[in-house]
Amino acid sequence: MREALRRWLSTLGGSPAMPVTLDRRRIFVLPTGAGIAWGCALLAMLLTAINYTLSLGFALVFMLAGLGQVALLHTFRNLLGLRLDEMPPEPVFAGQPAVFPIRLDNASTRARRALRLALRDGEAVQVDLDAGQSRTVTLRLPTSRRGWMAPGRVTLTTRYPLGLIRAWSYALPHRRCLVHARPEAGRPPLPLAGAGDGIRHASGEGSDEFAGLRAHRPADSSRHVAWKAWARTPGAPLLTKQFEGSDGGELWLDLARLPDTLTLERKLSRLTGWVLDADAAGLSYGLALPEERIAPSRGPSHRARALRALALHGLPA
Amino acid sequence: MKWWRNRTTGHTEDGPPLDARRIAWLTAVAACALLPHASHLPGWLDAVAILLFTWRVAQLQLRWPGVSGPVKLLVVVACCAGVTLTFGHLFGREPGVALLALLLVLKLHELRSGRDGHAVVLLGYFMLLAAFMYSQTPAMAALLALSMTVITAALIALTGPPAPVRVLLHQSAWMLAQALPFMLVLFVLFPRVPGPLWGLPLDAYGSTSGLSDNMAPGSISQLSLSGEIAFRVRFDGNAPAARELYWRGPVLSRFNGRTWRQGDAARRVSDRPPPLPGAAVAYEVTLEPNSRNWLFALETVSALPAGTRLSDDGQVLSGEVVRSRRRDRFESILSTRPGDAERSDSLQAALQLPATGNPRARELAHRLRTQAGTPDATVDAALALFRREPFVYTLKPPLLGTDGMDEFLFDTRRGFCEHYAGAFVFLMRAAGVPARVVTGYQGGERNSVDDYLVVRQSDAHAWAEVWLRGEGWRRVDPTAAILPSRVERGLADMAAGEPVPFVARVDAGWLRSLRHRWEATNNAWNQWVLSYDQQKQLELLSRLGMPAPDWRSMTIWMASLCALLALVLTAWTLRRTTPDDSLAQAWLRIDRTLRSSGLGREPWEGPMDYATRIASVRPDLANEVSHACRLYADARYGNAPHAPAVRELRASARALRRKRTPPTS
Repeated sequence: MREALRRWLSTLGGSPAMPVTLDRRRIFVLPTGAGIAWGCALLAMLLTAINYTLSLGFALVFMLAGLGQVALLHTFRNLLGLRLDEMPPEPVFAGQPAVFPIRLDNASTRARRALRLALRDGEAVQVDLDAGQSRTVTLRLPTSRRGWMAPGRVTLTTRYPLGLIRAWSYALPHRRCLVHARPEAGRPPLPLAGAGDGIRHASGEGSDEFAGLRAHRPADSSRHVAWKAWARTPGAPLLTKQFEGSDGGELWLDLARLPDTLTLERKLSRLTGWVLDADAAGLSYGLALPEERIAPSRGPSHRARALRALALHGLPA
Repeated sequence: MKWWRNRTTGHTEDGPPLDARRIAWLTAVAACALLPHASHLPGWLDAVAILLFTWRVAQLQLRWPGVSGPVKLLVVVACCAGVTLTFGHLFGREPGVALLALLLVLKLHELRSGRDGHAVVLLGYFMLLAAFMYSQTPAMAALLALSMTVITAALIALTGPPAPVRVLLHQSAWMLAQALPFMLVLFVLFPRVPGPLWGLPLDAYGSTSGLSDNMAPGSISQLSLSGEIAFRVRFDGNAPAARELYWRGPVLSRFNGRTWRQGDAARRVSDRPPPLPGAAVAYEVTLEPNSRNWLFALETVSALPAGTRLSDDGQVLSGEVVRSRRRDRFESILSTRPGDAERSDSLQAALQLPATGNPRARELAHRLRTQAGTPDATVDAALALFRREPFVYTLKPPLLGTDGMDEFLFDTRRGFCEHYAGAFVFLMRAAGVPARVVTGYQGGERNSVDDYLVVRQSDAHAWAEVWLRGEGWRRVDPTAAILPSRVERGLADMAAGEPVPFVARVDAGWLRSLRHRWEATNNAWNQWVLSYDQQKQLELLSRLGMPAPDWRSMTIWMASLCALLALVLTAWTLRRTTPDDSLAQAWLRIDRTLRSSGLGREPWEGPMDYATRIASVRPDLANEVSHACRLYADARYGNAPHAPAVRELRASARALRRKRTPPTS
C-alpha cells in the first residue's frame, strides 16, 4: 500500500528516470515528527499568551509560526533545481555490495546542505553541496545472487535547515549493476595440463617462446598482434604472434566437464573462481558454456567477458 | 524496533545522534533561556540550575562523568519538594516556571537523540515566553530576540552539517528576518481574545505600589519616594492647568485617632454619575496595574466608560481588579461641585470622631467655630491658621505619638499632605462641619514629546472635602495653603535636603528632554505593543479602513495576507535559486563576436582547444582569445569565482569586436 503510494508519487512530476532535475512538481513536503511537536508547542504557547495577556508572548508565538513557514520554504528550496544523474556501476561479485554512483549537480548559487540519498533497501548517505558544486555519491546495496541488479528508486530527502519539515523526491536509475557469481571458496586448483576435469589440452599458445604467426582472431590480445609485420606490408591482414608456453597448454574452463554432483550455481561459482585464478596467474584461458564459447585469451577485457558470461548464464536477459 | 529508526544505521528521523558540537549548542540554548529568569527564580533553584549547568559543561569540556540516574531522580524529587515549600503549591505561574527551568537544565543531562535536542529547543522557546510574564520592556524584548536567534541557530545545528558559530547565527538571524513580516501580519490581525481563558492563580501578578485604602501619617510620604508611573493621560483638547488636576482616589471618612479608612459610602455604587452642568473635559487614562479596582479620574467625573461604576463618595471603580495596564475614557467637569443633596447617614459619618483624644485640637476647633460663626468662615479660619503659623511641608516629618493631631498642630508643625489633610478634617469635624479626606493624585507632568500627561506615585496627594449647606461638597486643599507651589509644580520646589524622587525634580535642559523622550518611547511601546488588545485592534483596523472589523473578516484578511507574503517570499527566494547564467552568456558573446569573422567555435571544441586553433589561424587575436578561454575554463570548471570572470569576459568581447576585422597588410 505504502509502496504503491510512493510509486505513484514518484511519477507525479513526469517520469523519474535519471537524469532528472527536481522541479517543484517532483518535490513533496510534510512536517516531521519534530514539526508536529513544534506545532503543538506553539498552540500551548498561544494559549498561555492569551491567558496571561502577554502581548510580546503573542509576538513570540507569531514569530515562531512565521519561522515554520520560512523553514518550509527553505527546506523545499534545498532540493529545488537539483540535478541527479547516474554513472555506470562497476560489476561486483555476489556477496559484495553493489555500488551505484549517483552524480548530484548543484547549478544554483546557493549551497545545499544535509541531503540524504537512499535506495529502497540500502543505507542512507548524507551529502552537502556548495554553490555550483557537483559531487558523486555512492549508494550501496547488498547482493546475494549473480545476474543483473537494478538499484530501484532513489529517494532524496532533506530536513535542512530546521528539521521541522521533510522535503523529498524520487529518481529512478536505469543502469543495472552486473553481479558476478561468487567465487567458490576452497575451490580445487586450476585444472592445468594433464589434470582431470574441466580442461582440454590443445596445442600450446603460451607466451614464453615465439612459435610463429597465424591469422588474427578478434579475441586475440592486441599485445600479440604482429604490428611490425603489418607495418611492413600495408593492406595485409593482421597476424597474431604465437608463443610456446612452458606449461605448454591451452586452458579451457568448461561447464560441462564439471562433476554433475554440483549444482549449476556451484559450478558457475567454481568457474568464476578459476577465471580469477587463471587471470592472476597470467594464463591464457577459454571458457565453454552451452550457449557460448569464449576462445582462450587473457587480459582484463577477456576476464570481464568471461565473468559476464558466467554471471548471466541461464538468466533471462 | 521503533518505526522512526532507520533500519540500517540507527539514525533517528530527527538527525544523527547528538555529538559534542550539538550538545554545546544545546547548553547555549539552556543558558539563553534561563538567564532572563535568574532574577526571579528562588535563589536555591538558581544555585541548583547553575550547578547542573556547570556540571554539564565540565562533562563536555573536562570529560567529567555524567550525572547518574539515581542522582537525577533525587534532584527532581528534592526540587519538587523545594518548589512546594517555597511557593506553597506545585501549580500556578511561579512554581510552573521554576519546574520548567529545572526540567530544561535536567534535560541537558539526558541528550541522546535528535528528539532530545528538539525538546530542549522547544523548552527554550517556552522559557522565553515565560520571561515575558515578568517583564515586557523594550530592553527585555531585545534581549529575548537575541536569545531567540541563538536558539534558532541551535535548531539549525541539530539538522545541518558542522558549520562555524558565526555562520549559523547569521543564517538564524536571516530566517527570523524573513519570518518578521508574518509576525507583523499575525500580530495586527490575529483576533485578540480578552484573557484569561481559565482562572489565573493568585500569584499571576506581582505586587504593585500605589495608594492604599487607609491613610496614616507617613503612608503617602512613603509613596512620594517612588518615581513609578501611576497612569498616563491624553486630553482631547488642551490640558487644564496643573492646579485643577485632582485625580480622585479612595475617600476616607472613618477615623480611629490615628488611621483614616473608607466609610460605608465607598461601598454604595451607581452605574451613572449624577447629571452636572458645565463644559466637560474629555480624556483617556492609561492606568498601570494597581491590584485594586480603582480608576482615577479628574474631579468631578461626568461620563463613565462602560463596565465602570461610581461610588457614593465619588470614586470611579472598575468591575474587576486592575491587574494589567488598561485604558479608559472619561469626561469630567472641573468647575462644578456635586449638589448639596446628600444622605444624612453620609453626613453623620462625615462628622465621626473618636470619643476621646487630642483635647487641644478639639479645643482649637471650638474656638475657631465660635469666632467664625458660619461653617464657611470656619473653613477659611482654619486655612488662615495653617497659612499664618510656621508650618513646614516636609517628606521627613517627625514621628507622632498617641495624640498625633495635638502634637502636629501645636508642637512639631512639620508634615506632609496626609498630616495637613488629616488635621484639617479633624478640626472641621470637631467644629461640627462635615468633612472627609480624599486621597488620589494631584497634577502630573506633561511630556513634550508625545503630549501625554504623566502622573507618578510621587504625585500622590491627600486633600479634604467639606460639606456646606447650599453648596455641597467643596474641595479644600490645606497643603496648598502651606505651599501653593505643591499644586502648581508638584514636589519640585521642596527643600534641597528632601528625598524627592529624582524624576519629580524639575531639572532643566537636555536631561529632562532625554527623560521625556525615553518615557514617550515607553509609552508608545505600552500603547501600541503591550496594550494591543481587542479594543485597540478594532480601533486600528477601522482606522485602516476595514469596515466593521470582526473576527471573521480579520481571519480572512490574516489568511490572505499570510498567503500573499508566502507567495512573495517564495518568488523571491526561488528567483535566487535559478542558476546564474551570466557566465554562459558572456562566453556566448565572445563566441558570437568571433563567429561573425568566421572564427566560431565548433560544437566539439573545448575552450582550450579553441584557443589553440584561433592562435594558429589568427596570431593577432591569440592573446585576447586565449585569455578569454582561460577565464571561462577556470570559472566553469575550476574554482575561480564567477562574477569577476563575467566582467572580464565582457571586456574581452568588446576588445575582440574592435580587433576582429582582419589586419590590412
